[in-house]
Amino acid sequence: MLSFGGARFQRLGEEARAKLLITVDGCTAAAHEGDTLLVAILTNGGSLRQSEFGDGNRAGFCLMGACQDCWVWTETGERLRACTTVVTEGLRVLTKAPEARWPALA
Amino acid sequence: MASPRIVIVGAGPAGVRAAETLLAAGLRPILVDEGRRDGGQIYRRQPDNFRRSYAALYGTEASSAENLHRAFDALRNAVDYRPETLAWAISDKRLHVVTGAWSDVLDFDALIIASGATDRLMPVRGWNMAGVYSLGGAQIALKSQACAIGRRVVFMGTGPLLYLVAAQYKKAGAGVAAVLDTSPFRLRLKALPRLMARPEVLAKGLALTWALKRSGIDIQTGIEPLEIEGQRENGVEGIRYRTRRGKTRVIPCDAVALGYHLRPETQLADLARCEFRFDSGTRQFFPVKDEDGRSSIPGIYLSGDGAIPLGADGAELAGRLAALAVLADLGHAVPESARSGLRRSLRAMERFRRGLAAAFPWPAHFAAALGGDTVVCRCENITTGELRAAVTEKGGVELNRAKAFSRVGMGRCQGRYCGHAAAEIIAAAAKIPVEEVGRLRAQAPVKPLPIATGDHGVGAA
Repeated sequence: MLSFGGARFQRLGEEARAKLLITVDGCTAAAHEGDTLLVAILTNGGSLRQSEFGDGNRAGFCLMGACQDCWVWTETGERLRACTTVVTEGLRVLTKAPEARWPALA
Repeated sequence: MASPRIVIVGAGPAGVRAAETLLAAGLRPILVDEGRRDGGQIYRRQPDNFRRSYAALYGTEASSAENLHRAFDALRNAVDYRPETLAWAISDKRLHVVTGAWSDVLDFDALIIASGATDRLMPVRGWNMAGVYSLGGAQIALKSQACAIGRRVVFMGTGPLLYLVAAQYKKAGAGVAAVLDTSPFRLRLKALPRLMARPEVLAKGLALTWALKRSGIDIQTGIEPLEIEGQRENGVEGIRYRTRRGKTRVIPCDAVALGYHLRPETQLADLARCEFRFDSGTRQFFPVKDEDGRSSIPGIYLSGDGAIPLGADGAELAGRLAALAVLADLGHAVPESARSGLRRSLRAMERFRRGLAAAFPWPAHFAAALGGDTVVCRCENITTGELRAAVTEKGGVELNRAKAFSRVGMGRCQGRYCGHAAAEIIAAAAKIPVEEVGRLRAQAPVKPLPIATGDHGVGAA
C-alpha cells in the first residue's frame, strides 16, 4: 500500500494537532488526532485497498459512508469503513481481508 | 394518553429543525443519526480539535451553519439523540436501528425521514480508478479533514456544487486544474426566469463563478467527458474530454471530483412502502409527499434533501414544516400562519430547483454513448456492455430485472452510484422511456451491517 506513488491526499492546514502512529500492513504511518482512517492512510500512500473484482487499486469514493469502497480490516479480522473510522494511537490495519473466518465473514 | 412516539432519522438541517419544532411543542423525539456529529453532510462539523473558523469553513453560508449547530447544541440533551446509529429497516411502524454492534427496534407513531442525499453520478471510462471521488466526497475531505483529494484536481460534472467545491478548494490553497461542466452555458440564460425565484442565491452563484474565472481557473462548459486516464496501480493521471467545439483535449491531473447534482436517499421511504413519482425535469423518481411532507403512508413524513433536494435552506424549512404536520396530525393546535409562510418559501425554492435542473441538466444522452468496456458498477467492476447484454439478450428492460441478470445495482453501494445511469443505459438499449425502466427497489439492510450484532432489547427507550 505505502509503496504506491506517495501520498494521494494533501493536507491544507490543521497540522498543529497532536500526532500519533498507526500501522498499515505492518508499516508505521504518521497521522494526526482527529484524522479519519481514510485520511491517515491516503496522506501516507496512494490507495486503500484492491478491488476484489480485478480492476486495480481503490482509494475510497464518497467519503460519507455510502459507497462502501473504503473497507479495510483490523489484524483480528474486524471490518472497518475507513471514511467513518477515527484513528487511535497504535491502530493496526490491513488493506487486504485476512483469511475469511467466521464471524468475520460479511 | 401516552406521549406520542416520534422518531426522526437524520441530524442534518431538516432533522435538527424538525426536532427543534417538536421540542417547542413539548414533545421529546428520538433523533437517530449515522454521523459521529450533527450537521448532516452540508454542515458537517469538523472534529473537536480542528481550529478553522466558520467563515473559513462555510464562506457565505457561515451564519446558517453556525445557527444550525447552535440549535442542535441547545436541543441535544432534551431529545433522545443517538449518533453513529444506522436506521436499516422499517416494518409496520417499527424502525430497526443499529449502533455499533447493538441493535434496537423503535416503535413509532410518527417517523420523520430526513435522510439527506448523495451525489448523482454518470459513469465515464476510468471512473473506477483510485483518485476519482464524488464531488461531495471531495468537499468532505476539505471541510471535515482539511485535505485536498490530490495536488491537481479536475472538477467534472454539472450543477452549482461543481463551482462551489472548486472555489472552496482554490480558496483553501489546493491545486485546481480545471472545472469541466457538461451543461452548455446558453441553458443558464434560458433558465434565468426560474432562477430569479431566489435572486440572492443566484447572485451568490454568479459572484462565485466570476471569482473562479478571475483567479485564472480553466472553466469549460458544454463539454463531453471521454475518459479518465491512468493506471490500475497509481490511479488517475489525466482527463480526456471533448470541448464544446468538438476538439479533444487532455488535462493532466491526479484527482477528479465527479458529480451531477444530488439524488435523495429514499431507501427507508421505499421500505415503508411510500409511493414514488417520476420527475421528468431531473429524470429520477422522488417519493410522493404533500406540501407539508406527508408521504402516501400515514405516520411517515418526508423532509429535506432525502425527499427532494432543495439544498440546506430548503431542508431547514421542510424539516420545520414536517414537524408541524406531525403536530397537526396528532391533534395539536398549529396556527395556519406558521405553516403558510414556510409553504410559500418552499414553493419559491421548488421553482428555483426546476430552474437549476434546466440550467444544469442530468446528461442522460451520455449513457447511450458510453463504450461497452466502461464500468457502470464500481462495486463489482461490471461494464456497460454486460448491462446492455442483459437488456438485448435476456430481455431485462426493467431495472430490477436487469439487476438480477447483470448484478448492476447489487453491489455494496446497493445501486446508489450506478442506479440512475443504469436506468438510462437500459432505456437507450431498449429504446423505451427511462420512467418505464423504473427504479431500484430498496432492500433491507439499507447498508451493510456487522454480522455480530447483539440485541439491545425491543421497544423505544
